[in-house]
Amino acid sequence: MTKSMERTTPFHAQGLQRIPWSQRQALGRAASHVALSMAGLLFFLPFFWLISTSLKELDQIFTLPPIWIPDPLRWQNYPQALGYFPFLLQLRNTLVIAVSAVMLTLISSALVAYSFSRLRWHGRDILFFAMLSTMMLPYQVTMVPLFIIFRTVGWVNTLLPLIVPHAFGVPFFIFLLRQFFLSLPRELDDAAIIDGCSELGVLWRIILPLSKPALATVALFQFLGSWNDFLGPLIYLNDPSKYTLSLGIQVFVSTVGVQWGWMMAVTTVLTVPVVVLFFFTQRTFIQGIALTGIKG
Amino acid sequence: MIFGLSRQERRRLRVGLFFALPWIIGFLSLTVYPVIASFYYSLNVYTTFGQPMQWVGFANYIELGKDDLFWQSLYNTAYMVVLGVSFHIIIAIVLALLLNQNLRGVSIYRTIYYLPTIVPVVATSVLWMWVFNPEFGLINSALSLLGMRGPGWLTDPALSKPSLIMMGVWTIGGTLIIFLAGLQDIPQHLYDAAMIDGAGTLHQVRHVTLPMLSPVIFFNVIMGVIRGFQIFAEAFIMTQGGPLDTTLFYALYLYRNAFEYFKMPYASAMAWILFLVVMATTLVIFRSSARFVYYEGEER
Repeated sequence: MTKSMERTTPFHAQGLQRIPWSQRQALGRAASHVALSMAGLLFFLPFFWLISTSLKELDQIFTLPPIWIPDPLRWQNYPQALGYFPFLLQLRNTLVIAVSAVMLTLISSALVAYSFSRLRWHGRDILFFAMLSTMMLPYQVTMVPLFIIFRTVGWVNTLLPLIVPHAFGVPFFIFLLRQFFLSLPRELDDAAIIDGCSELGVLWRIILPLSKPALATVALFQFLGSWNDFLGPLIYLNDPSKYTLSLGIQVFVSTVGVQWGWMMAVTTVLTVPVVVLFFFTQRTFIQGIALTGIKG
Repeated sequence: MIFGLSRQERRRLRVGLFFALPWIIGFLSLTVYPVIASFYYSLNVYTTFGQPMQWVGFANYIELGKDDLFWQSLYNTAYMVVLGVSFHIIIAIVLALLLNQNLRGVSIYRTIYYLPTIVPVVATSVLWMWVFNPEFGLINSALSLLGMRGPGWLTDPALSKPSLIMMGVWTIGGTLIIFLAGLQDIPQHLYDAAMIDGAGTLHQVRHVTLPMLSPVIFFNVIMGVIRGFQIFAEAFIMTQGGPLDTTLFYALYLYRNAFEYFKMPYASAMAWILFLVVMATTLVIFRSSARFVYYEGEER
């Protein structure tokens, strides 16, 4: 409508125009830094609140104005809270599920991704499209029949329903690995095949060694997915000795009323391992997300 | 179909299928079969739990139509999908734009924003129950320092859903990173050209950044919508669907029917309706995206 006006009067006010460009840019940067660090503070504060509360005595928790740094530091919240439920057993269950799921996911997803990216066969693209559409299917749609299947084979209240499905490839990870495999030069496969290498050999000796970063991303995401899963354990596990940590902690929290120090202690215990893992593997994370997002 | 193929093509098909076999088996037994079985269950009722079911046709669907809680849960979920997703997308874009300026310390900001997304949902929920605590939570404690008395974020029916949306901002890091990567893919020469034409920052955002970013926005909207339909743990842990069923989301009501009231056929009917609603929604977004999404190299 007012195209010409827009050109002659850019959005910034006339006063700003008089400040030289470089200074205006510096000003803009400073403003961005202020906005970003304020947002950063808001993102960080809940973590601080978590740790702080986990180390407080009750009378320091229920007080206004709030006490930010607990005094004294009440470390006993941790052993006390963890003593109320079979923590070590539940940690073990979680690790068994997570580690098995990671291994199964890596093997199955790599095989399927290889087929969907490096092999040419009739019907491949239709099946790949079918797989992409299953990624949009909410878990709730298949939840009830899956439960009935696993109940029929007697797997309810075992860890198996949370492990075995990963042997069939996870669409999201198949997609991620496929994208990565496609970026590798195809001449490698052809040369190896001519040298008498089988398809399995190509995958094992050539593709996989070159795909370590992508495989690391998959392993990491799957580990996190299993560690963080709540709905799965909630449906399939009904004995505290079978619970995962997420479920065990949720059940514990729902029974302790106003013991916020304990609740924050167990929440910290659930959170710290993944945060530590994140700090060691940050690069893998960020690249992985960008990989799936952009090429999607 | 197989007979039309040459020997080599048939070999390729065999090898291809062999490698894809894990997924094909899983697809048939853990996706296709459950979706069909779900529909079959939805046409039955249990007389006693665990006993054979009895055929009732579409009675479950008719009952759902008369179930106020079903409509309430649908409304609650739609609220989160529409308002929650748009709010989160906007915040994520703004933060990504701010981050995308070659500032010093970007990686530190990025880490801080991303960190909450890896926190287990149980931990997030328990932590935010405490953050939202009406007496001594983080927010109302902070407000008390300013001499204000904060509301009961999760206990006021008018605030429960907005509070959960607010909490959702804490976990937009993944969306943010995807936007940031998308922004970094926009070629600099487009901005240079816009600048030569006298476009200010806002105009550049409006006429260069947003059109170029639209495929990524589209991707994030789709993912956000699909996630939005599945909101469960937050409500299950923090509010148990309350107050006054204002956070009884679809997935929560479905879960309760299946595993608390043991009305699995009824839950299956809900699952099928969810299936159709999600399909229809994504289809509508895909269709309408043609008008808003710009793909580079595409004829306009």
